[in-house]
Amino acid sequence: MDVTIRVKRQDPEATGERRLPHWQEYPVSIADNATVLDALIQIREDDDGTLALRCSCRSAICGSCAMRINGHAALACKTIANTVVQNGVITIEPAGVMPVIKDLVVNFDLFWEKIKQVDPYLKHIGQVPESEYVVSNEAMLHLSGVTACIMCGACVSDCTVLEVDPTFLGPAALAKAYRFTADPRDGDNQGVSTERLWALSEPSGIWDCTRCNECVQVCPKGVAPMDRIMAMREQAIQAGYANNNGARHTDAFTESVGHSGRLDELRLPIKSVGMMNLPALMGYMPVALRALRRGKMPPIAHKNVENVEAVRRLFQKMEPEPAPPQVSTNSPFG
Amino acid sequence: MKYAFFPGCVSQGGAPELYPAARMVCDRLGIELEEIPGWTCTGAGVIQEKNQLFGDTLNARNFAKAERMGLPILTICSTCQGVMSQANHRMRNPEYLAEINSYLAEEGLEYSGNSEPKHLLWILIEDYGLDQLAPHITRQLTELKVAPFYGCYIVRPTEALDIAEHPERQQSLEMLIDALGATIIDFEGKTRCCGFPILTINERNSMAMVGKHTSEVKDLGADAMVTPCPLCHLNLDGFQPKAASQARRSIDLPILHMPQLIGLAMGMSPTELGLKKHIVSTGPLEVKVGGRR
Repeated sequence: MDVTIRVKRQDPEATGERRLPHWQEYPVSIADNATVLDALIQIREDDDGTLALRCSCRSAICGSCAMRINGHAALACKTIANTVVQNGVITIEPAGVMPVIKDLVVNFDLFWEKIKQVDPYLKHIGQVPESEYVVSNEAMLHLSGVTACIMCGACVSDCTVLEVDPTFLGPAALAKAYRFTADPRDGDNQGVSTERLWALSEPSGIWDCTRCNECVQVCPKGVAPMDRIMAMREQAIQAGYANNNGARHTDAFTESVGHSGRLDELRLPIKSVGMMNLPALMGYMPVALRALRRGKMPPIAHKNVENVEAVRRLFQKMEPEPAPPQVSTNSPFG
Repeated sequence: MKYAFFPGCVSQGGAPELYPAARMVCDRLGIELEEIPGWTCTGAGVIQEKNQLFGDTLNARNFAKAERMGLPILTICSTCQGVMSQANHRMRNPEYLAEINSYLAEEGLEYSGNSEPKHLLWILIEDYGLDQLAPHITRQLTELKVAPFYGCYIVRPTEALDIAEHPERQQSLEMLIDALGATIIDFEGKTRCCGFPILTINERNSMAMVGKHTSEVKDLGADAMVTPCPLCHLNLDGFQPKAASQARRSIDLPILHMPQLIGLAMGMSPTELGLKKHIVSTGPLEVKVGGRR
């Protein structure tokens, strides 16, 4: 198969034009079953020894070759070239969010910093069992979905929050955190990782995720980081860490729909930031006034749907009782 | 053509201009809409993060009602589309479906698991046919440069959205813009997040996202951005002035709901399409398409 590999190159240490990001096209002839990585290695070996890329195992285990293929992060070794050719071209860029060292090689410092921030080791609180910890097969099987992570950085590359805010813990580290919050050996004797859930409920943690699904889509190992973040939101609310905008938003949203069948858009933001949070509420005033002038405010009187009693009964049956609020005075992570 | 109409909360709440515009356009195209009686919110992915069973049951309830009407579901919201598709995907598990049906039984409802809710965007391509739009187009939009903005939930996760079976769904918005005769301004951010879900949680990040996308296409020379998602519209239009002040630049990029762009191409007036209700003025755009005299 003849194909053009269009690579975004950059050499920050060079002088002149090569210093800035620029595109270079490599026409190659590759086998029909060749991977994108095969094509890149062929270019490096035969055509241009200056093309920099990372790779090692070539079998989707080591996590070295994550890069953007046609705009989305993927492992080059797991992507069959002929499945991604668009009009004879495959577009290759370095992973996003992390700074480029050269061409397709990015600096992973940010990635590892975030992993370290979630204390990626078991932390048992309280009494240590006399013999070994006994964990059910079921619990470990569930965790294997997360421990499948190969730390390739694909999710971090395409995270829409990290793109605008480098302080966000990000999908890889948060999936790693779930590996512990869902481990029965972590946390207190009931397996509830109270300290972790407290810390994760802070700004830049679980509530900052936009639920955009990019990380779920690009993960080559099915770790589904966003789904783990959502599970931790539930764990945190259950553990009583609900005194933040995110948890209030989820609670108010669920309650609004549970009582009327539909969303009360006028009251939701007020309940999310907190009734008493005057500075935040004042911040919405210009937006509200602009909307009012244009005649596009949500209805003041929120109506119930037809047969709302049926919805309320569903809500009462399915909604668990809220946990008593937890008050924490200082961060367990310093 | 007749559908069970699922308008979604926002088309009658925060973006009230969408509902009548969609109804008018469908009416003129001969797409008959019968609203699902007593439909509820899909949960928007928010209820699902706390109580997936409750969220999915609400969707099953809507699907069961539509089945009783004997009609396929049409929605006008990307977020509703995604949440409905994801719920439907989970309900392919017969045990889960049976559990949900046990809750619906009290109301005398039962969901078969066979509904396939579709956004108007997909329906125009897959059921109606873009070529069938041609006879309805009376206004030249060639000069109008429009950037697509999908909304996350109508593009990801691809498995729940049956993208493998319908790969054209990933280009659907560009296909529609093209069929309407407008010029496409392509940009990388078209499938990224608008920031709306974290508006009350991390407004700074939310505004950074609005600012990034809108200024990027503005700088590419776009006259407008079009979206099939009213939640994206709320953020990209309603909060654009705030995003612009955070970015310390002017943006002034009109954001159109998808049915409004269709309506403009069909010769409808900006006023009847509700363009006057937008926060960012659509004035220059109206002059360009000759809708303002």
